[in-house]
Amino acid sequence: MKQAAEVREREPRAAPAPAIEVRKLVKSFGHQTALRGVDLEVAEGEFLTLFGPNGAGKTTLIRCVSSLTRPSAGTIRLRGQDLSTAATSLRQHIGLISHNPLLYGDLTADENLRFFARMYDLGDTEARIDAALDQVGLVARRRDPVRNYSRGMVQRLAIARAILHDPTIMLLDEPYTGLDLQAADMLRSVLQDLAASNRTVILTTHNLEQGLEMCDRAAILHRGKVAWEGPRTGLDLVRMKQIYRDVTRLA
Amino acid sequence: MSYLRKILAIVWKDIVAELRTKEMFSAMFVFSILVIVIFNFAFDLRVSGERVRAVAPGALWVAFAFSGILGLNRAFVMEKDRGCLEGLLLAPVDHTAIYFGKMLSTILFMLIVEAFMLPVFTAFFGVNLFDLRLLLIVVLGTVGFAAVGTILSAMTAQTRAREVLLPILLLPVAAPVLIAAVKATAGVLDGLTMAEIARWLQLLVAFAVIFPAAAFMTFDFVVKE
Ligand SMILES: Nc1ncnc2c1ncn2[C@@H]1O[C@H](COP(=O)(O)OP(=O)(O)O)[C@@H](O)[C@H]1O
Ligand SMILES: [Mg+2]
Repeated sequence: MKQAAEVREREPRAAPAPAIEVRKLVKSFGHQTALRGVDLEVAEGEFLTLFGPNGAGKTTLIRCVSSLTRPSAGTIRLRGQDLSTAATSLRQHIGLISHNPLLYGDLTADENLRFFARMYDLGDTEARIDAALDQVGLVARRRDPVRNYSRGMVQRLAIARAILHDPTIMLLDEPYTGLDLQAADMLRSVLQDLAASNRTVILTTHNLEQGLEMCDRAAILHRGKVAWEGPRTGLDLVRMKQIYRDVTRLA
Repeated sequence: MSYLRKILAIVWKDIVAELRTKEMFSAMFVFSILVIVIFNFAFDLRVSGERVRAVAPGALWVAFAFSGILGLNRAFVMEKDRGCLEGLLLAPVDHTAIYFGKMLSTILFMLIVEAFMLPVFTAFFGVNLFDLRLLLIVVLGTVGFAAVGTILSAMTAQTRAREVLLPILLLPVAAPVLIAAVKATAGVLDGLTMAEIARWLQLLVAFAVIFPAAAFMTFDFVVKE
């Protein structure tokens, strides 16, 4: 963890490129166009919540930014580098929490995290794994195969997995969906840590209350386009509801 | 080398998972044994040595190829089902490392099953299969088969009819490997010299190089939407 913080400080601060820069992003699946020209910027250390109804393209956008999906057109730059050419090294900085836990049921929590520690070339594996398991409260069950876990436990381990390599860019796609209370609390505390430690975060949700909780800025994605965006200051739940209704009703 | 270490991490992960469930091994074993038993009865093999030598190479590679398909079917299904493949694709390593990792674990699993099957084969068919040249043929054939099988497994794992699709696509594409392997095996059993089976061996070497190279160039397009 210390190492990653040092690396961040050594980088030139003269021209602060946004941590995430999405330009004219288009993604179509055959006839379906999920994203039709998305422009979005997230500054380093900023927490952006992306609202939008089902089918708005939130998941597709997150998958494009995480390099899982190839855009049909447009560019994505992370930390000033083009994702289409520098994806392999940029992935070191990306953490993703999506609908899939991205864990192996036949491996234990320990083995899962050890595997990903190797895939991310992390040093200090034992300490990292201990810390991550501790943070999500799974130390006692670390030697059980994940397929014996309850859903809530799987989701907690998925959180541990996503933060294991200490990513500077966190992408969370509807992370609260299906979480039990305990896992939701854990996620909230992880998010608070991320927000406090200068991580760049995009969180998607259609729940206005959870989305507003921690963000610095909010945006609404509607029919594959950013239909509205604005700072968190002066934005309360009532006002957000009003905006959300207006924006998603129009056009 | 970080690329190599990550390939080995994938192999390690597959081995740990397989040791815990033993699902793949048991399926591959049972299948191979069944093939041998059925061939044995169908051709009444103990009767004549001539017939044994005509049938054994084919039976051997039928067992290896089909048990290999069982293994390959699981190789990417296990990655796909819980979205684990995405976890691999997110890792900061060139995606071809995923291909080589999965190919190596497939080769390893196939070779282990084959190592256990050779003595069983020897017992049932009454032909001695412990010949260094034969071991070389088995290794080369397995590498070529697993190399093309791994990329097709990655392709078909995305589709609905994957269990059916994999053998239908793989057997024709891997046919040259299997034919060369059967011919070379038959040559050894017939007591041909190394020079006489050399062209089949060359073919096996060529496929063991060409298939991974072709997969290396195309894998990224296969796994990424
Ligand atoms: N793999 C895919 N194949 C075809 N269509 C897709 C695929 N992924 C998403 N879509 C379509 O793209 C649109 C946006 O989907 P998605 O990004 O999942 O929206 P959201 O996450 O905001 O609910 C939807 O109309 C969906 O049907
Ligand atoms: Mg979604």
